[in-house]
Amino acid sequence: MQKTMDVFRRRKLTYTLVFLAFLAIFAGASIVAEFHPIDGIVSFPAALQWIAVNLIPDAEAMERLPKILSELMETALLSVAVTVVAAILAFFFSLLGANITKVNGFIKRIVRIVAAFFRNVPDVVWAMLLMFSFGQNVLTGFFALFFTTFGLLTRAFIETMDEVSSHCVEALDATGANFIQKVFQGILPSSLPGITTWVLYMIETNIRSSTLIGILTATGIGYLFDLYYKRLDFASASLVVLSIVVLVLVIETVSNRIRKVIL
Amino acid sequence: MNETVALSAGISARPSSAVNLERFINRSRKGKIKIGAKSKSQLAIKILVLVLLGITVVAFLTFDYQGIDFGKAVADTLHNIKTVFLEPRLTSDTIGGVLYQLLVTFCLGTLSTLIGAVLAFFCSLLCARNLAHPVCVNIIKSVVAVARAVPNVLWVLIFAVSAGLGSVAAVVGLTFHSFAYLTKAYAESIEEMDPGVIEALRANGARYWQIVCQAVVPSTITSMVAWTFMRFEINFANAVAMGAAAGAGGIGFHLFMAGSFYFDLHEMGLLTYIVVIAVVLLEMISTKIKAKVK
Repeated sequence: MQKTMDVFRRRKLTYTLVFLAFLAIFAGASIVAEFHPIDGIVSFPAALQWIAVNLIPDAEAMERLPKILSELMETALLSVAVTVVAAILAFFFSLLGANITKVNGFIKRIVRIVAAFFRNVPDVVWAMLLMFSFGQNVLTGFFALFFTTFGLLTRAFIETMDEVSSHCVEALDATGANFIQKVFQGILPSSLPGITTWVLYMIETNIRSSTLIGILTATGIGYLFDLYYKRLDFASASLVVLSIVVLVLVIETVSNRIRKVIL
Repeated sequence: MNETVALSAGISARPSSAVNLERFINRSRKGKIKIGAKSKSQLAIKILVLVLLGITVVAFLTFDYQGIDFGKAVADTLHNIKTVFLEPRLTSDTIGGVLYQLLVTFCLGTLSTLIGAVLAFFCSLLCARNLAHPVCVNIIKSVVAVARAVPNVLWVLIFAVSAGLGSVAAVVGLTFHSFAYLTKAYAESIEEMDPGVIEALRANGARYWQIVCQAVVPSTITSMVAWTFMRFEINFANAVAMGAAAGAGGIGFHLFMAGSFYFDLHEMGLLTYIVVIAVVLLEMISTKIKAKVK
């Protein structure tokens, strides 16, 4: 009996301590970031109310629908194209970095560092960098998304390959298969479900990030939102938001379906 | 040759078994035996890969390149990359000032993760299939899916209209997206719980909050902490981006000013390096914490 009481008392103590720690971190962070919790709480219902009143597409906004849809289409195509190109390159690149297919430890280390570099340099930086040389072009967005996607997918593919295909590569090794046979008969088929899941996830993510990149580099759907937003034409801006939401939800649903079939 | 004849003779001696066998052999039209197993998932992947490749080709054909001089643009990019990454230096600020900006960004990420996590915890209790009413589950899950579909930057800009540009809009905007993301993640980890535990407590007459505190939290805390840290890493990166795209302050705003207003690529390089180091450190810490919690 004494023992069980201890468990509950200890649990209560842990909960209290964690709660206090959260409060302390929250207070500290609020001071540094100059965030006023009360303002935050007050602004929240106000913002929701504002959304309900202003963010409703009107007839004038509907006239802009064809333009919005064509930009949306471009954004969707862009994010698929970026993800596919990055995935193909990342696949071959990650062969050099995975434990089962690595050439040697040194190259493996370098591949992983390069991937970490591309993954962690913010896409904002790539966007601004490319803006200088490519200008307001669709390729600015393409490369800005490409670098981060490439880094992320390389890491994901390396993990997938190491998780999935060690037995199968061992078996192929025993039959005397060469490197290319091992890759295309062993690693690719066995890690393909994992790879496609990651690719689908990245397509979804890239649609969202391309909005951000679009705002920074004045291209695509992000620019359109920014334009209407700065003109205070909130009805049209809301139509942009709605169209993005619909696109993301459609892609999410489709990729969930595909994932269910694949896995 | 002789052997084949003998074999076929042997088979024809037992015609019934030969017919049976032939029925189960999967041959191509030329008579070759197919060795791959047919499965729905293989087919699905094949179709998906073809469709994605097709879309990519269409995308490259339909893009409006505005007659850009590709070679020159690439050369310029490489030159800029060299300036940014190989010659970083500070020109307009001290290293202390930059580190303070980094701390501000860090705090924006922390605040939005904390608030988002607390809200998401309660919300996930309402939309986990094994704890809540199915109608409630469906409603909350669809609302959360819509909130997740709106890009972060749009949330921040939308909140900025009523709260003004600054940390309040940034935190509330970032919180909204992390809340939606974490709700889904938490609800999934609650749904993966062993149903026996909840059933046992219910049979004992435990009240709702007793079930939550004594069963749900202890058995899902590991994955919840892992998800929260993962979200924190994302939020840190997002806070940098919000500083740049929505004027939310912190190192992202600094980066944006250096890059787009002062065209100071050297300073942009140094700021980038600081952000990269911070993110790598965060990744290492979160891997350690995840290992410890497990």
